[in-house]
Amino acid sequence: MQVPETFTGWVVFLLQQYGGVLLKGAVVTLLLAITGTLVGCVIGLVVGAIETIPEEEADSAVARILLRAVKKVLYAYVEVFRGTPMIVQAMVVYYGAMSIFNIDMSPLFAGFFVVSINTGAYMAETIRGGIESIDDGQKEAAIAIGMNHFEAMRYIILPQAVRNILPQIGNNLIINIKDTSVLNVISVTELYFASKSAAGVYYKYFEVFFITCCIYFLMTFTASRLLRWWEKRIDGPADYCLVEYDPMVDPCTEYPLTMVKKGGK
Amino acid sequence: MAEPVLSIRNLKKDFGTREILKGLSFDVCKGDVVTIIGPSGSGKSTLIRCVNFLETPTDGQVLYKGRPVRDTFHKLSLYRTKVGMVFQQFNLFNNLNVLDNCTVGPVKVLGMDKLEAEQRAVQYLETVGMHGYVNARPGQLSGGQKQRVAIARALTLQPEVLLLDEPTSALDPEMVGEVLAVMRKLADEGLTMVVVTHEMAFARDVSSHVIFIDQGVIAEEGSPDEIFGHPKQQRTQEFLARFQLQYGAQ
Repeated sequence: MQVPETFTGWVVFLLQQYGGVLLKGAVVTLLLAITGTLVGCVIGLVVGAIETIPEEEADSAVARILLRAVKKVLYAYVEVFRGTPMIVQAMVVYYGAMSIFNIDMSPLFAGFFVVSINTGAYMAETIRGGIESIDDGQKEAAIAIGMNHFEAMRYIILPQAVRNILPQIGNNLIINIKDTSVLNVISVTELYFASKSAAGVYYKYFEVFFITCCIYFLMTFTASRLLRWWEKRIDGPADYCLVEYDPMVDPCTEYPLTMVKKGGK
Repeated sequence: MAEPVLSIRNLKKDFGTREILKGLSFDVCKGDVVTIIGPSGSGKSTLIRCVNFLETPTDGQVLYKGRPVRDTFHKLSLYRTKVGMVFQQFNLFNNLNVLDNCTVGPVKVLGMDKLEAEQRAVQYLETVGMHGYVNARPGQLSGGQKQRVAIARALTLQPEVLLLDEPTSALDPEMVGEVLAVMRKLADEGLTMVVVTHEMAFARDVSSHVIFIDQGVIAEEGSPDEIFGHPKQQRTQEFLARFQLQYGAQ
């Protein structure tokens, strides 16, 4: 077999030999990052919505004590998972599950689990900040038309809060794309793990990791562009069209509302 | 006299050691337009916010059609759909367009059919002259337009009483007129309203009953003629004297 001599030659050679392996690793990395961020967001939304329940909302003393207890538990969760490295969490969860609960989870499942709850802890704080950034009048108006805390959160506050923290969600996604590399300690075959294996064959660390570097950047850059595009889409059109329609002229005609609503462009 | 829709009985509210409301009582009957006037800091807004429990009263009762609110409604949220609220700062939902601002209450709270709610919303947007703006987002409207949409939003729930907390105080002078015109129209149509306001001309011309509040108590109340024509209390006279210039302009 012809062994290449130049840097470029090695890169091309390694791509031919291990391109597939690296690609598979990249797919696993992306899956971990996207799933982790999504599940993390859901955890964050729930924790954030619970943490912002005012105590007056609880009707009875029992409900108030329960609410306080739940808030304490959530607070502990956030502090513990923000306060310890993900690489350590991976070890504790993967080996801990085996030795204490006798659960033999696959490394990949442990990976998904760790990334999700880790992101959730960060997102909980981000979303709490997002909720608190929304003017109190929005919540008041929602309450005044008869909504309870969770309806106000779901239909009014969270849609606005999530829009405001979208850049931070993007940050988390990008951080997750990169930081899932620590999961190689529990042998999750993500991009870093795949690269290390590939590099070990010919001892060509620089060449392989140069490719890896490019793949990571390609993934994070694409993610950040997509998020920007999504932000713009959420903001909707900058203008609106007036509806030239007078229902008093013929009150019997059905108002073509579905068409009206799409007309803003 | 008609049965009162709302009866406020000896309402008190403290914030910490500060006593804001010191026991107020009054009735709101069907078709009444009750205006609440008084100096800043006298407790007008606190009072109207206590009426729909955005602030929890420290003491006293709010009766809905003669019965305590808590007895009639097992959830406060249902009571609030009967007592609409319009805020000084409009508080339109910024994530929704004009139409959805109006329909989100009926659809999500009352479980009304979406199309029916939209038709009803358009009808009320028509009343306030904002039916052309169904697609617009709150950020794209002027203050007066926002407040008119806010009124339509409250009306779409078809409340028994509409509470308005200084609805024109956050507006540029040139936009006050359009909002007052809408309120006047609603009063003519027989809507029951409780209005906290600094617009004395509106209070004088439109209301059926005027309540003057000073330092957390009702200092004087009566028909617009009594309050504006022949105020008995010195405090009322002093307060109204500040608005005399405005009268000259009318």
